[in-house]
Amino acid sequence: MANTGWDEFEIGAMLRTFEGEAGDIAGTLQEDRNYTQNSSFSASVADWRIEKPVFNKDFCIDCQFCWVYCPDISIISRDKKMIGIDMDHCKGCAICVEVCPTNPKSLLMFPEQADEEVEIAQWPAKETKEK
Amino acid sequence: MAFDKMELRDIEVWDGNFAAAQALRQCQIDVVSAYPITPSTPIVEGYAKFLADGYIEGEFVMVESEHAAMSGCIGAAAAGGRVATATSSQGFALMVETLYQASGMRLPIVLNVVNRALAAPLNVNGDHSDMYLGRDSGWIQFDAYSPQEAYDLNFIAFRVAEDHDVRLPAMVHQDGFMTSHTAQGVKTLDDDTAYGFVGDFKPMNDMLDFEHPVTHGVQTEEDWHFEHKARQHNDLMTKVLPKIQAAFDSFEELTGRKYNMVEKYDMDDAVVAVVCMGTSVETAREVATEMRAKGIKAGVIGLRVVRPFPFFEIQEVLKDVKAIAILDRSSPNGAAGMLFNELAGAMVNEEKRPLMSGYVYGLGGRDLTKKHLVDLYTELQANVDAGKVTTPLQQFIGVRGPKLQFL
Repeated sequence: MANTGWDEFEIGAMLRTFEGEAGDIAGTLQEDRNYTQNSSFSASVADWRIEKPVFNKDFCIDCQFCWVYCPDISIISRDKKMIGIDMDHCKGCAICVEVCPTNPKSLLMFPEQADEEVEIAQWPAKETKEK
Repeated sequence: MAFDKMELRDIEVWDGNFAAAQALRQCQIDVVSAYPITPSTPIVEGYAKFLADGYIEGEFVMVESEHAAMSGCIGAAAAGGRVATATSSQGFALMVETLYQASGMRLPIVLNVVNRALAAPLNVNGDHSDMYLGRDSGWIQFDAYSPQEAYDLNFIAFRVAEDHDVRLPAMVHQDGFMTSHTAQGVKTLDDDTAYGFVGDFKPMNDMLDFEHPVTHGVQTEEDWHFEHKARQHNDLMTKVLPKIQAAFDSFEELTGRKYNMVEKYDMDDAVVAVVCMGTSVETAREVATEMRAKGIKAGVIGLRVVRPFPFFEIQEVLKDVKAIAILDRSSPNGAAGMLFNELAGAMVNEEKRPLMSGYVYGLGGRDLTKKHLVDLYTELQANVDAGKVTTPLQQFIGVRGPKLQFL
């Protein structure tokens, strides 16, 4: 791809999303779709991120708020169960953390190099409301 | 389809604008996105009226500027429709940014450009400033010298632009007022024959093909941009002119009207020739005939296709000519004229080439009179007799004040 010459691609700087026909796209999960290399789904933008969200399923109530609000469709949810984050497309905006309603939050931002297991092991405790 | 056909006489009296509007009707344009500007307004007005009267199945999109007009055309063309619009002068200038989008995205839009001067000072009359402004935009550019040609070239433009080996937008130019508002006899095609010549629109990578989703208007940086531009230039240089020739040939078969990349008048044995565009070509032809009666072997070369520039056809027609005058109807503002430069570029490595002199004329609709052309041919003959160009390289014709000449 990187060495493709001027005569080796389709005209018009036009990019195809899928190899072949789209078919029943609404009924096909993202990981099962036949995306082309040109689709943004095939490209990682992980290096745009300087802080990453870490998901702690112990506190998650599967409310789907993060899934609804994520601007990059990077919250992976199956059968209304939050199962993780698509770290190839998450840009670290922290909106998921902002909208998470649990106490403590089930999603928190950490530096990109932080170790997930270590952070989950020392997750903040539930905050008590002071009167 | 749900529209009425129109009965036309074999010859109708139409001005260039109405001729173009009729061609848009007969091509059954799906979308016209337009903003009015003198002198091109009657073209899109005509389309809108045909649409309102049930002669077209299409969509007229009223927008807030020419930038939006061409943007609307780009969206409609990317969606997969047959698309056209019209503009002039300042409107064309406002469209320029989107012209490059249309050609880079390889969308076969047809733009009728009714040539008009560019301000300041404001002027509504015809010169070729707007045509010249579009010359590096990656569009195909046809030039019509009369209403008949404005009509015919619209069909040819769609046929060439929509060809899947071409897929480039095309402009059909005509001179503001001199062609656009001057009614002349136009030989018509009946609706079925006209539509048959352009054929049904054959979509390519259209956004409404949901089985094959595509992204149009992508961004490429230093790793990709050059390859896309190179591809577009390659296609303009190698693929477009043969397709135009094929369309000219089919059109001649259909109508008997013959078009050429370079329109030659009395060029077989011409010693001196004038090279020009637009309505000036017809005036020059009349004067050339009169010059022959006076013993000067005069000819006229009219450029029918401005882009891609017919480099080899120009070399062929000029190889035995002794002296030529190249007429630019746009102020070069600090250089030789565009047409002069293109012809000089085409001839620079040729062993036999004519003596070349450039002239700037007709700005803002100033007339090019027969007297001007008689003087011009006489000057060319003097160059031939002297065996060299006896004047400065660039002269102005028809401007008041002390004689202007440069280089």
